[in-house]
Amino acid sequence: MATATATPTVNRSPWRGGIEPMSASYGKLMMWFFLLSDAFTFSALLITYGLERFSSKAYTGTIEAYEFSQAYWPVPEKVFNALPFLHGFDIPLVFVGIMTFVLILSSVTMVLAVEAGHRMDRADVEKWMLWTIVGGAAFLGCQAWEWSHFITGTEAGGKLIDGTIFHGANLVHNQYGPPLFADLFFFITGFHGMHVTSGVLLNFLVFYNASQGVYERRGHYEMVEKVGLYWHFVDLVWVFVFTFFYLI
Amino acid sequence: MAAQTQTLAAPGERIKPQTKEIWRTFWILLVATAIEFIIAFTFAHGLFRISIFLGLTVIKAFYIVGNFMHLRHETKGLIWAIIIPTVFVMWAIAVFLTEGTAIHAVR
Repeated sequence: MATATATPTVNRSPWRGGIEPMSASYGKLMMWFFLLSDAFTFSALLITYGLERFSSKAYTGTIEAYEFSQAYWPVPEKVFNALPFLHGFDIPLVFVGIMTFVLILSSVTMVLAVEAGHRMDRADVEKWMLWTIVGGAAFLGCQAWEWSHFITGTEAGGKLIDGTIFHGANLVHNQYGPPLFADLFFFITGFHGMHVTSGVLLNFLVFYNASQGVYERRGHYEMVEKVGLYWHFVDLVWVFVFTFFYLI
Repeated sequence: MAAQTQTLAAPGERIKPQTKEIWRTFWILLVATAIEFIIAFTFAHGLFRISIFLGLTVIKAFYIVGNFMHLRHETKGLIWAIIIPTVFVMWAIAVFLTEGTAIHAVR
């Protein structure tokens, strides 16, 4: 080009590299998009639950006269009404409320670990990561109890379609109502529990690395943030599972 | 969140934790869950009850994603890149619940 100017200009085009898109690091951005895709998977499962529930008959009688039947979709507060050490009492939703509280609390300790990471405070990161791991493990313990109670069933059991009495639930038979209710319970809470399990493993990895000084040498604690995003997402999913599976 | 400013401590120095906003979010989430509980035991089953549950769930989701996941403080581009695709979820909810009602009608 004949008319090219000699003044060197700094090219600040976003396409020239060196600029982080959306001012987020590669890892953080990819974590966000992974979580978005994961949100679609959980949405698919919960929407399937909604579809099945809307297409099934609903219980129309009073809560006092409620009994398990294959004819209508179960009322959740009549299915999930047990508490450890209080056998035989009707205590609806309290146990799952405790689980929700545990998970929200572990989300808080996670965000406290992220905050400690911003301050480059290794001792605080270790402390809060450890509490987050404890919270996740406590939640998993609760879920194991919840599952074993659901699978074992009640003493009275419930009538299947062919008239036989069945106790508890598996993927084929379900004392509480249509088998699909049990299937969706196992799939949705199971898939969420799997996420919690891998979250606890990741949290432990971050805790271990932090205690070994890996992030201190690296100069930043961004890994805590990235795993934190995942952990908060797991909490977020539980908020939706709690509402759609247990409350409504 | 003011607590999330990137300040680096000199070796041996310890910056005071700034956790006010975090605990404020925690109390909002706890109170929302408590209200859900109270409503689950006191209100009759119906549309009103369901809409309160949905509203509180959206509020909780907003605080978890906005404050805990820090999305409120990201760039506009990132915020929209996350929010806009969830339109497909809204669409799927509308479609499949309508479909469920239709299946119920012919069963």
